[in-house]
Amino acid sequence: MSAVLYDAPGPRTRRRVLVGTIVGGIVVVGIAVVAILRLANQGVFASKQWEPFTDPGVQRFLVRALWSTVKAALVAIALALVFGIVFAAGRLSDRAWLRVPAVVVIEFFRAVPLLLLILFLFLGFGDQLSPLGQAVGSQVPNAFGALVVGLMLYNGAVLAETFRAGIAAVPRGQSEAAYSIGLRKSQVMRMIQIPQAVRIMLPAIISQCVVALKDTALGFVIGYEELLRQGKIIYNTFGNIVPTALVIAAIYILINLALSSFATWLERRTRRRVGRALPPDVGVEIGRPVPAVAPASV
Amino acid sequence: MQVLLDNLPALLRGFRETLYLSAISAVFALVLGTLLAAMRVSPIPTLRAAGAAYVNIVRNTPLTLIFVFMLFGLPRLDLGVPPFQAAVLALGLYTAAFVCEAVRSGVNAVPVGQAEASRAIGLTFGNTLRLVILPQAIRSVLPPLGSIFIALTKNSAIAEFFGVSEATKVFDDLSRDNPDALYALFIGVAVGYVILTLSIAGAFRWLEARLVVLR
Repeated sequence: MSAVLYDAPGPRTRRRVLVGTIVGGIVVVGIAVVAILRLANQGVFASKQWEPFTDPGVQRFLVRALWSTVKAALVAIALALVFGIVFAAGRLSDRAWLRVPAVVVIEFFRAVPLLLLILFLFLGFGDQLSPLGQAVGSQVPNAFGALVVGLMLYNGAVLAETFRAGIAAVPRGQSEAAYSIGLRKSQVMRMIQIPQAVRIMLPAIISQCVVALKDTALGFVIGYEELLRQGKIIYNTFGNIVPTALVIAAIYILINLALSSFATWLERRTRRRVGRALPPDVGVEIGRPVPAVAPASV
Repeated sequence: MQVLLDNLPALLRGFRETLYLSAISAVFALVLGTLLAAMRVSPIPTLRAAGAAYVNIVRNTPLTLIFVFMLFGLPRLDLGVPPFQAAVLALGLYTAAFVCEAVRSGVNAVPVGQAEASRAIGLTFGNTLRLVILPQAIRSVLPPLGSIFIALTKNSAIAEFFGVSEATKVFDDLSRDNPDALYALFIGVAVGYVILTLSIAGAFRWLEARLVVLR
């Protein structure tokens, strides 16, 4: 699309773009060189700083930490899906005494900082929640419980909104036709709307998984033994914070990039086959209802 | 309840700090994000690639990790800054990636005829972007920008662990001192955040009503 902003270049513009490319390249490379020199000056590239990562013990330690992160993310997403389904059903109900509390709960958990929620659960319900952590064999079961339940409440509230938007994105004619052949509301939902909505929502659900995976790093604050927290043990032991931060960032980025590109691929495929899909970044938008889906542009 | 009243000054100071932190980071993120969006739609391949790389790296890194790097990593590079500035850096750099993507989607939503007309009257790429495209693009993405700034305000809570005495830090300290009043403190601070986020949402709705591009 960006090609609309400038003409097909003629000879003079091609020269200008070439000059721009070179200058831009020099600036970008220059920033990188300054940063790398700075790192090198402080001995970040000294082999001593990186050596710990060649040690099988440290590698195993990192893999175990990564597994703790993944475990927290998986449990949190599974619980959030259940929470989201229950509260989306409440929100779509015809009965006000179900709908109003569901709206209040969803909006509350979307508006409160996740860390505040996790701290509250950790300080107030740590003991009650630690069976959850013991069940997955966490070393800090109360931190695991608080982290996972906090993630469940926040991501569940976001997912509830996503589910609602997904149901709303199924063409009206589908439910109208179902009602006209005499199905009840629960049957229309179960047999007509949900099967179609799931395909529409899948990309948005997967990118919510990226959000949840990233947010497990909040376990750092309450001492859950996830990747970042265990990274702290590594950099405190070996005094190599910058290399450790880079290694851990690389692990997160690789996993999340894989998940995000899967979501984007799925969205394109769904859009092609079903004609519409919730955009993957729908979950990022907080504080207002998830927008209705625009019909496919092609 | 009594705890909330007794510690009202501390709580208000905390929320003032949250507000400062969020506002300064928001301005930083808006400027950097718009710049990155301009890079991503520019005709120069290196700038496009650099912008895309920035967004993909930063969007997929946990904010807590960025905080750790700014607070504990920078001092090791002799670039240490006080906690508040480090928090602004972390929040601003992180949020800029999301601002960039929002603005870019706005640029894509501006009708093709606008860019064509600008080119037809001889504006350069920079002028087209600055005078014609971006003013319309930013207006059309006010709703997602509002959501991003609400997320930023909520994310500023992470600064509590890194030595900034904002609202969540006040909650953390007070509830460790008064474990009996945990519920009251949580509800009080949560309501404070809800008021803050609703105000931002309201402000953006007002802006939207005033600045909306009618088509």
